[in-house]
Amino acid sequence: METLNVYATRLIEKKDYFTPGHRACQGCAEALAVRLVAKALGNNVIVGSATGCMEIISSPLPFTNWKVPWLHVAFENAAAVLSGAEAGYRALVRKGKRPEKGTVFLAMGGDGATTDIGFQALSGALERGHNFLYVCYDNEAYMNTGIQRSSSTPFGASTTTSPSGKFSPGQRTWKKNMAEIVVAHDVPYVATACASYPFDLMEKVQKAARTPGPAYVHILSVCPTGWRMPPNKAIWIGRLAVETGVFPLFEVVDGKYRMTHETAELKPVEEYLRPQGRFRHLTAEMIAHIQKRVAAEYDKLVAKTRL
Amino acid sequence: MGKRVGVEVSIAAADAVGMANVDVVAAYPITPQTHIVEHLSELVANGELDAEFIPVESEHSAMSVCCGSSAIGARTFTCTSSQGLALMNEIVFIAASLRLPIVMILANRSLSGPLSIWNDHTDVMSVRDCGWIQVFTETGQDVFDHVMWAFRVAEDPQVSLPVIVNMDGFILTHVIEPIEFWEPDMVRKYLPDFKPVNVLDPDKPTTVGGFGMPGIYTEAKMAQNEALIQSKSHILKAWQELGEVTGRHYQPVETYRTEGAETVFLTMGSTGDTVAMAVDELRSQGRPAGLIKLRLWRPFPFDELRRAAKDVKRIIVIDRAVSYGGPGGPVASEIRSAFYGEKKMPAVTNFICGLAGRDVTPDDYIAIYAKSEEMVTGRVRQEDYVFYGVRE
Amino acid sequence: MAKPIKSETDLNWKDLEVGCVVSDAGSASQYKTGDWRSMRPVVDKSKCIRCGVCYIFCPDMAIGKTAEDYFEADLYYCKGCGICAQECFTGCISMVPEEE
Repeated sequence: METLNVYATRLIEKKDYFTPGHRACQGCAEALAVRLVAKALGNNVIVGSATGCMEIISSPLPFTNWKVPWLHVAFENAAAVLSGAEAGYRALVRKGKRPEKGTVFLAMGGDGATTDIGFQALSGALERGHNFLYVCYDNEAYMNTGIQRSSSTPFGASTTTSPSGKFSPGQRTWKKNMAEIVVAHDVPYVATACASYPFDLMEKVQKAARTPGPAYVHILSVCPTGWRMPPNKAIWIGRLAVETGVFPLFEVVDGKYRMTHETAELKPVEEYLRPQGRFRHLTAEMIAHIQKRVAAEYDKLVAKTRL
Repeated sequence: MGKRVGVEVSIAAADAVGMANVDVVAAYPITPQTHIVEHLSELVANGELDAEFIPVESEHSAMSVCCGSSAIGARTFTCTSSQGLALMNEIVFIAASLRLPIVMILANRSLSGPLSIWNDHTDVMSVRDCGWIQVFTETGQDVFDHVMWAFRVAEDPQVSLPVIVNMDGFILTHVIEPIEFWEPDMVRKYLPDFKPVNVLDPDKPTTVGGFGMPGIYTEAKMAQNEALIQSKSHILKAWQELGEVTGRHYQPVETYRTEGAETVFLTMGSTGDTVAMAVDELRSQGRPAGLIKLRLWRPFPFDELRRAAKDVKRIIVIDRAVSYGGPGGPVASEIRSAFYGEKKMPAVTNFICGLAGRDVTPDDYIAIYAKSEEMVTGRVRQEDYVFYGVRE
Repeated sequence: MAKPIKSETDLNWKDLEVGCVVSDAGSASQYKTGDWRSMRPVVDKSKCIRCGVCYIFCPDMAIGKTAEDYFEADLYYCKGCGICAQECFTGCISMVPEEE
């Protein structure tokens, strides 16, 4: 284990605002990410959730796993719904109808709800400059409906709507770089995170929440079920995603890039791809292609930190 | 009493929303609703209305923003037409299921295709089953009064349902009419502050919008349906009190010269005004015509309708929308339903009129009256509806 | 809701809150996910350094502190995913079949 401060765990907030008894799969690192975000933000928060894995596993009527106010309306509008709550709050506080308590407004959605069907609503909310935090839990496919591809599915991954086959390499396109798209909206804080680096994730979420205006955190959420791998390796594979440069951890504060996890030398992507069943069909050629592109993207990112 | 001014109805409607001290307005411009949103954003920009005006990037987001703001306890308003309503369709249904007291003015306009910016009721008929309280207005004064009424009814803790106020696009939105504005103390008297039944609050965390397994969905829908049905008494009370404050008395079903009328027209919205002129002409010719104006669409006023038509032999339903391949006009099919099995079942004839704003004059209604007589001498069936005025 | 409910079918339509809102925050924690597992984590206390890594990585919040400051899986919730065993710094957690 590398830089994990072994005893730091004992110092963090012990309360959980996302309760056990939720119906996520065994080893769901997305549920872990939700847990960490909830822990980082505390209970002075209002959550607007999109439809998806995290919504379904935590809100079966008449029960709920949420100990903070939580609102779900539909699949593609978490950012819009939460914009409304935030605007309503601002109006009520200004008109003296509600006390100002510094409540944090959190919108959450999966990669489907963020990079695809909810793209418009997110873009609108970012452009309008609402004071909110959007967290994308990216498990790289529409997992809740049965592992169908999204624009966040990485190149070569086999999903049920981009299956590998005689005439198909799996996903044909490169993963949409959502963090960069959000940076292009000129918002004060953008970051990537992964539950395998829990303190980094929680720090970023807290920083994002403290930032006035729109903030965005994109969390790589390992899905053992959809990625076809044993659940106990969920944290381990997330670490490899970062250490191979496939999912670099960085933040962009007022347009200034900073790597938040540096490795002297990136591990070969094959180490990350091989243990996952969704990449089982990859040829050496495809892996080489992925390696080349990952390295190039990583270099581009590092170059931005030097601007 | 308030000042009576000649003003464009859209402007008056926006002013009414402003006087109601709304907290959040989220809307996307679409002809013919644009003047309402433009004037609202002017009121906010000039500090005449203290509200958050959210220039959303689509109608789907407009209704989504409204859900969020209503859920946190803010008085919330939006308006749209036609394609905008179609785009927010999914969220419209959800808003009602969540019992969020959002008020929406619907500037009725034709649904595409073909694209049409002009007035008819095809948009509102596409959301018949959405679960909102729905009313129709006939004049500019109606619209102003019903903005206040809508907030009052929607936010009533015994109701807590969203409300659609229908106003005919262009025919009302873009005309100047004499309207009596309310005085601030009238608003204060009539419209209490919004005290939501449910509110998102970290001090009392609630979960809103959980998913329903088969074992509970039916119960959830039953509860929602009952809420809409039970809202009727509060709707009537709100109209009664509006009458006390303004001197204008509105009813779920209004009648015009139905005494001794064997045949009545049935209209919704501003068409009533024109048909009334035809009724006057027919009466002067000695033909016993009358007019029933349906103001409350949901919850459907079965009792009031049956009472209004109790001595009527024929109802000529003027529909401004079509249910393709079905029983013709949506209103006619509901009217027939309302009388099904009644001891005295009037014959119902159905004319689809004025689609996409095509002008229908009093002379046309007189011709419709004659045509209707022809139809009932034979046997009138559900499938016998007339696209009035179509060039064949 | 006054009466204790085990599932949604215990409710009549009148029992539902307005808009199906759920006021009982965290009520889903009554749901037993512990019977999902086929393996369970077992801690060798002699090797445990009480660092809490297992606690922080549990997606089900199923690991809590004991009176003696060790970390232990709450078997009511533990789904047996094995993340704690995999991540344990000293390797003192092993996954054993549920039947043992």
